[in-house]
Amino acid sequence: MGTLASVLEQEGFATVALSGVRGQIETTSPPRALHCDFPLGRPLGKPNEPEFQRDVLIEAFSLLEEPAGPVLVDYPISIEDDADAPLSCVIPPSDTSDRNPAASEALGLLPAWRRTQKKYGRSSVGKVITAEQVPDMLDLFIRITDGESWDKVGFPGNPIKIAADIKNFYEEASISLNDNPPSARSAESWFVTKTLGGQTIQTARIKMKEADVDFDIWYYLLPVTQHHEGEQDSL
Amino acid sequence: MPSFVPECFFLYTFLMSDEQLRSTLSGLKGFAFDEVPWTTPKPLHESRVAIVTTAGLRVESNADWNAGDQGFTEIPTDADSLTLAHYSPNFDRVGWVLDKNVVFPIDRLHELAEEGIIGSVADTHISFMGAQPDHTLETIRLDSGPAAAKLLADDEVDLVLLTPV
Repeated sequence: MGTLASVLEQEGFATVALSGVRGQIETTSPPRALHCDFPLGRPLGKPNEPEFQRDVLIEAFSLLEEPAGPVLVDYPISIEDDADAPLSCVIPPSDTSDRNPAASEALGLLPAWRRTQKKYGRSSVGKVITAEQVPDMLDLFIRITDGESWDKVGFPGNPIKIAADIKNFYEEASISLNDNPPSARSAESWFVTKTLGGQTIQTARIKMKEADVDFDIWYYLLPVTQHHEGEQDSL
Repeated sequence: MPSFVPECFFLYTFLMSDEQLRSTLSGLKGFAFDEVPWTTPKPLHESRVAIVTTAGLRVESNADWNAGDQGFTEIPTDADSLTLAHYSPNFDRVGWVLDKNVVFPIDRLHELAEEGIIGSVADTHISFMGAQPDHTLETIRLDSGPAAAKLLADDEVDLVLLTPV
């Protein structure tokens, strides 16, 4: 971000960068930066709070009044993520007696995911698969947990992207299972530690690591802060 | 292990949260110019403003982002089918689903333009993807960055707001 700001400034634009990682901004030293200690992925801080977002922008644009740079200022309000406070979601039952429990769980979440789609109109599912394919993909990850090699189970694309689609599907479904919008990372922690889908990917990831699968394949199957080797909660 | 993943990650795998991630990411290498470039800004109320984000956004017809991609995507100001398609799993995406402005504050810019605080909102905005393994960002510095700048210049942009992911 800091380097990109400098590239654009050099091309003749005045730039103001919001910063998410202060150490990186200090290293790359862009002309003007407002460091915002907000959850990563939420650079304006609070979704659906226009006044808060406006204030961040006004504060950022005020840096244009400085006569020389580099300018690095801290926004006065910090917001922490809630990774340590997983959501509490009741997963709707699904009548799929012939499916494995993780696939059945995902089928039960499809209506909630569709409600989120209808309400917000945005999704991060679709890198490789659709929401409707999530149960089938969990079947493939379960085969890895049962000992099959990841490259023999028939993934239709990059397993990292498929794992991301599954994670995003669960997180987006959780939005419609709660009265209040999930705080940052609370849905992620719920997925990883409280759902069969998340634990399936966690177990598959560990199996792949133990089988000396290429680092770039297993490492990114889940957020690095959710790599809980041997620590899965029992459901 | 790829060079962009610090070994110290393994010391922290039982701890969660952005604070932990920030602590580790702060230690990564980055590219700084020998001299910080400086463009004297126009008055804010006369400035045409564009957003440049590193969120890895894509519009409907574009391909998905892949690791190490230093290219960019052009985002029309009225695009209503944006996807956050960043390759890294290491940040929150729920906020984006709830409100695109928490990443791409296009509605806020239009409000500031209506109030006369900024001059206008650009027709063209840009998304790159952050979390690049090549800390020198050579392609962005020498190719895609200047190419994106050309698009912004064609749109007569004066001021760029950068939002990170």
